[in-house]
Amino acid sequence: MINRRKLFRSAAAGAATLATGPFVIRDLHAQDVMKIAGIHDTSGGLDIYGKQMVATLDLAVNEVNDSGGLLGRKIQLINYDPQSNIQLYTQYATEAATKDKVAVVHGGITSASREAIRPLLKRFNTLYFYNTLYEGGVCDRNIFCTGSTPAQTVEKLVPYVQKKWGKKVYTIAADYNYGQITAKWVKKYAQDNGGEVVQTDFFPLDVTDFGPTVKKIQAAKPDLVMSALVGAAHISFYRQWAAAGMNKQIPLASTTFGNEIVITSPEEHNGYIVAFGYLEGIDTPANKKFVEIVHGKYAIPHMTELATMTYHGLHLWADAVKKAGSLDRMKVIEALEAGASYDGPAGKTTIDAKTHHDILDVYIGEARDKKFVVLEKFPQQQPADTQAVCDLKKNPNENKQYVIDVKT
Amino acid sequence: MDYFVILLLQIGSAIASLVLLSIGLAVIFGMMRVINLAHGEFLMLGGYAAITAYNHGVNLWLAMMLVAPLTVGIFGAVVERLVIRHLYGRLIDTMLATWGLSLAMIGFVTVVFGNTVSGISAPLGSLSIGAYRTGAYEIFLIGIAALLLVVGWLVLRFTRHGLISRGTMQNPAMAAALGTNPSAVYAATFAVGSALSGLAGGLLAPLSGVVPTIGSAYIAKAFITVISGGAAILSGTAIASTLLGAINTLATFAFTSVLGEVALLVAAVVLLRLLPQGITGRFFRRAL
Repeated sequence: MINRRKLFRSAAAGAATLATGPFVIRDLHAQDVMKIAGIHDTSGGLDIYGKQMVATLDLAVNEVNDSGGLLGRKIQLINYDPQSNIQLYTQYATEAATKDKVAVVHGGITSASREAIRPLLKRFNTLYFYNTLYEGGVCDRNIFCTGSTPAQTVEKLVPYVQKKWGKKVYTIAADYNYGQITAKWVKKYAQDNGGEVVQTDFFPLDVTDFGPTVKKIQAAKPDLVMSALVGAAHISFYRQWAAAGMNKQIPLASTTFGNEIVITSPEEHNGYIVAFGYLEGIDTPANKKFVEIVHGKYAIPHMTELATMTYHGLHLWADAVKKAGSLDRMKVIEALEAGASYDGPAGKTTIDAKTHHDILDVYIGEARDKKFVVLEKFPQQQPADTQAVCDLKKNPNENKQYVIDVKT
Repeated sequence: MDYFVILLLQIGSAIASLVLLSIGLAVIFGMMRVINLAHGEFLMLGGYAAITAYNHGVNLWLAMMLVAPLTVGIFGAVVERLVIRHLYGRLIDTMLATWGLSLAMIGFVTVVFGNTVSGISAPLGSLSIGAYRTGAYEIFLIGIAALLLVVGWLVLRFTRHGLISRGTMQNPAMAAALGTNPSAVYAATFAVGSALSGLAGGLLAPLSGVVPTIGSAYIAKAFITVISGGAAILSGTAIASTLLGAINTLATFAFTSVLGEVALLVAAVVLLRLLPQGITGRFFRRAL
């Protein structure tokens, strides 16, 4: 029964929750909690990724708290939404490090956002986890990059599809550092495998008209198309490709076709082959349970590598804190460098001490009716690209992103 | 040979998309001298209207060719009544007001539909030309663009409404003295221009998908085409679209899509340097 006083009390509690924002637990005493921050775009153009990363981060934090917390304390997750705006990234990272004094920051989606906050968090001695697949090369002892890099995914994908479809590759890629670097890796692996890239076209992120490109690809007559297109506007390529009936003529593989599977129809994407550090179709009990919770409780329609590695990242950090027995940044870093490993929905992921990148399982999958089916698994792939340029054991004070020189 | 045909078709579809993008703006700007900075958002609204109707079970063709223009046409009539009407003859004020309107529309649509891409698959399938394949829908759009221009010309040239709107366009005071009601003509013109934008937005949605911010991808091209075209609404739009679309496509085929865009912009700059009043400011001056 609801009487007036009870109603008032719950309304006040509701107002307090609203005022502090979602996910922030304020009813715990300050000394009982340790704060950590998540900085993910849950509005703006990147929200499709940010929302699921916040969901899996929340899930992992709840799991750690339910199993007794860390060092006898509960984790309090503070989520910031930078609204796909780089300026807000630096503002919120500063706030998290100086005002909230968080133990660790998880976040950043694009490489631009990572490079905006990475130096800042290093200066404030705040540990940083970046859980997105990216072009590789970051060399900094304060950051852990848990996503896959081109040497892990492209190296497997290109030979796989060349064996299946043929040697002549036509590359289409987004026109910024991720696309440019990935296109170079595609060329290198295509040539190493005895094939060739007949042409590479780059597209600014706002291009929606791919009509001429669809015809140019036909004129070049490749055996397959390799796509590293990124973002909302580029989805129209897949639509226009299918509208011309080309998806039945020339097969397509991609390093970026992930959440696009939710937006395009099965007729438009069936048969596309991808490679990631995680696919929703991974057939293990751990992943099935994970997918069920995320689909059900968090209402996320499709899981990508970004969100799953966010989940792995939080657990890697929490295990390291337990092992170190302290929140001291250097002790946690050393615990992570001592071969920290987490076995989760994406398989086994291990921190490589030399580069602070992940040694992970790579999955090749095929799009079938709005789902990715795993075709092949390549266990425990080394981040060979970053390893070629970065050695934090030898040079612990390095602090930069190398542009890896791809020899073709 | 088939390559040549496919190149021609691609040029045709580039021209058609420019015509569709700019015809609504051309009607509003050409007849009323109102610079509608929310034009891109009118197109966006047409796309959302078509997709929403389709997702609610409306036949795709009805959704694109009836629901989209009707929705945006009615929206345009309301906007004219509430905002534009009070600002006739005040160019800067209308620009400011329509710019504000565009921001409000982006915000509103983002709240309702979310900042994610919605889309529908293009109908009609594909057809092959020699060794090449192309979407039949692109050819359909070329037909629609041509049809719009022809119907527009027939209406302006041979109907009483066309005569009245041409008169009001040339000299509103004289037209009013002869018994027309300029404000009714303006209201109707704005609604028709909006409806054309809605139609274009609906028709282009299957090719490019829609996001709340897609207007910004359209509006620059629309303005460049209308300004390059000059005073004559239909022939100006048609000639400018043909010129710019052909240059864009040829440069894209020869180089990359980035250089295609650059070539389009360079062509427009050169054109406006040589013909500041647009193409129809110098040639075909008596055309519609």
